[in-house]
Amino acid sequence: MTPIRSWPALLALLLLPFSTPAAADGPTLTVMSHDSFDISRHLVEKFESTHKATLRFVKSGDAGTALVQAILAKDKPLADVFFGVDNTYLSRALNADIFLPYPSPLLATFPATLRLDPQHRLLPVSYGDVCLNIDRAWFRNKGITPPADLADIVKPAYKGLTVVENPATSSPGLAFLLATIGRFGENGYLSFWKGLRDNDVKVANGWKDAYYGHFTAASKGDRPIVVSYASSPAAAVHYAKEPLREAPTAAVGGDRGSFRQIEFIGILKGTRQPELARAFVDFMLDVPVQEDIPLRMWVFPANPGASLPEVMRRHAVIPERPAEVAPEAIEKHRQQWLEAWTDAVLR
Amino acid sequence: MTVRRLLFLPVVAFLVLFYGYPLCAIFLHSLLPEGRWDPTGIARLFTSPVYARLLWFTTWQALLSTALTLLVALPGAYVFSRYRFLAKGLWQALLTVPFVLPTVVAAASFSALLGAGGPINTLIMAWFDLKRPPLAADQGLAVLLLAHVFYNYSLVLRLVGSYWSGLDPRIREAAATLGASPWQIFLRITLPLLLPAIAAAALLVFVFCFTSFGIVLILGGPGYATLEVEIYRQAIHLFNLPMAAALSLLQLTINFLLMWLQARLGAGKQLAFFTDTARDGDVPAAGWRAKAAIVATLLFITALLIAPLAALLAASLQGEGGPTLAYYRGLFSGGSDALFFVAPATAITNSLGFALATTVVALCLGLAAARHLAAKDGAGSAWWDALLMLPLATSAVSLGFGYIIALNRPPLDLRDSLAMVVIAHSLLAFPFVMRCILPALRRIPPSLGEAAATLGASPGTVFREIELPLIRRAILVGAIFAFAISMGEFGASSFVTRPHTATIPVAIYRYLSLPGEMNYGQAMAMSSLLLLFTCAALLVLARAAGKRGETRR
Repeated sequence: MTPIRSWPALLALLLLPFSTPAAADGPTLTVMSHDSFDISRHLVEKFESTHKATLRFVKSGDAGTALVQAILAKDKPLADVFFGVDNTYLSRALNADIFLPYPSPLLATFPATLRLDPQHRLLPVSYGDVCLNIDRAWFRNKGITPPADLADIVKPAYKGLTVVENPATSSPGLAFLLATIGRFGENGYLSFWKGLRDNDVKVANGWKDAYYGHFTAASKGDRPIVVSYASSPAAAVHYAKEPLREAPTAAVGGDRGSFRQIEFIGILKGTRQPELARAFVDFMLDVPVQEDIPLRMWVFPANPGASLPEVMRRHAVIPERPAEVAPEAIEKHRQQWLEAWTDAVLR
Repeated sequence: MTVRRLLFLPVVAFLVLFYGYPLCAIFLHSLLPEGRWDPTGIARLFTSPVYARLLWFTTWQALLSTALTLLVALPGAYVFSRYRFLAKGLWQALLTVPFVLPTVVAAASFSALLGAGGPINTLIMAWFDLKRPPLAADQGLAVLLLAHVFYNYSLVLRLVGSYWSGLDPRIREAAATLGASPWQIFLRITLPLLLPAIAAAALLVFVFCFTSFGIVLILGGPGYATLEVEIYRQAIHLFNLPMAAALSLLQLTINFLLMWLQARLGAGKQLAFFTDTARDGDVPAAGWRAKAAIVATLLFITALLIAPLAALLAASLQGEGGPTLAYYRGLFSGGSDALFFVAPATAITNSLGFALATTVVALCLGLAAARHLAAKDGAGSAWWDALLMLPLATSAVSLGFGYIIALNRPPLDLRDSLAMVVIAHSLLAFPFVMRCILPALRRIPPSLGEAAATLGASPGTVFREIELPLIRRAILVGAIFAFAISMGEFGASSFVTRPHTATIPVAIYRYLSLPGEMNYGQAMAMSSLLLLFTCAALLVLARAAGKRGETRR
């Protein structure tokens, strides 16, 4: 073994991550987003060739972190367009006054329940429902009827079977807390949670830990009920090692048994490419990208004209009536609700 | 002397620009919005008992973790510094590997091993004919402490071990000749001589555990939080930047005081001596005691460090229906049209590139800083010593946000530049390098260099011919940890990710964020690749440094 002799090779290796692909001619549009964002390459290329522009994507941590960065960079924006503000952060984003209004013509057909900003500074792109998931095989093998509704999991039959995420540290955790607030009301949700605590609920700090650390269908854990997304069973089929006829898990929707996380896109104030930014927003709202979203991010398209892929149609459910909590109420009461939850469940 | 000071200037410049300035900017922005002092955001700091509890827990778990790590790692350091045995280089590389493991992955392998359905529980249930698994060890304080030991064991072993093997065996031999028992020799001679290295290692472990984030979140479970976790929560979830800044300042102050105290207490206590580096300290084991010590150490390492790694490898090869290579095939099949899909080869090249760049930058800064500190003594040195360690104790969110508001003008618009990743990694890594090198530098008697200078050697020659050979081992340990810190880092790397720049940890998190057997399997396969490539890189690094040392002689 000799010490590394080819210094040029080493230097090349060092510089590799810093090299940028040769920039094409024309303007560049920077799109800022969070960890979970993804899109198909061929769609990006199509946009670039149609508009003779370059799209530059930057991910800036999780959804909350990315938004705070966008707010802090208000005077000198980091990007032209921001994708990934959800309705739990909607008020914060609008209060910070960092987005330009754009009433896209495509919005007309979108359901009113998704258009939460009447001034169109933030436009809905997709939504996903946070709800309970169960391990089908586990319940079948034990001969126990799985819970059919959110309210069921405090029953003695389901003692020690549920794992949830800590709403103070996890975004599906917060969404599930909001579901219980929307369902049982501000006066009733704490008694539901106290019942859940007495029923030996397990609290994990994040989705990854809950799903891949404790959920029986995806780990060596001992909890057959987990808080996840209504689209998770479809993803479990899509990413199975062998083709599956039936989803190994099932979403428990029920009446007001889920919370709908809606994700928005907005044009950042200070953009030098307002025309191009509007074109990009339309591109995100239009059918091709909307039909691409389900298999890239495992959420549902906001555009009712987009059809769902086969696996989503067959294995995912869209809860008809999610529990509702207004974005303003979320921003206003977040800390108070979280503290009350912490006191009721963890202490 | 002047050259030394000149070389220290870039360190100061680096720190001011990429640490002091952004941090001050975010603190001012948070605590004095629009130039006015507004205490409403932080009022609860003084009225709610929550924060005192938080501080108390953060401190005692860090102290306990440090004590436990020292307790189990010092015997290991003795064995590794004293004896030569089969595949020692490989063992050393292997035990450093946990350092790069992303927390979720470590948590997954812990629960695979200790969880309800894991081999240990199954075994105990079969032996004692139990109905329920006896260990419910997937969360809680015990697992939290175990994880801190798991992550920091190699740090203590290698830092103290490398120093230990540089102690002159003739001192021990002389004491033995004079009739001292082995125990007396250890307590009266070896331990005092080792103290600077032990203190350096303890300090690093303490800071690490004090600012622990992922480990506390995942393995501690929801009942536990450190200041670092609360800073993140306040900044991101509650958007209370004043509170985040106040807690961040509190964390910095406490760590600064501790480090300053350590530097002050340690100042001037060190004995200068040097050994003939041609003699590498370790000898083949002779006698049953030595052999038993080696076997016991290796067994312990296997149980603590290698078993979780093996569980991880096994998970990457094990499907629901038996052994499989499907996850690796999935990784390498490529062909995904997803913009952010990253081929394993790309992720590995990116990770290695960032890690090598970090190692080079951190070595230069760390060496310059250590040489400057070693030349000074007394109160001024203690201040600098503590100041240079601060980046390690700094909340990552605070500093990251500082970059957003401070470094926003050309030529220094680094907010979404990839150089930021290397800068952030180097900020974390260079105090490490400095801590590793400083004890070794301080024990070189000044008379050595002075004598050489009298004989006409230039300062450069003195450094090359005298200092460098004497601190070679310490530099290697520093380089290894700088490399490992960068390989495993996730936070700063995810702060700016572009389609072609994802590192291995970023790719692992991506797979783990979606449900499905293939996603989990590919995350495990990617983690296994991270382990293998880190291990290989550490072996190459150690070999290269070893060869260098030999050719010098």
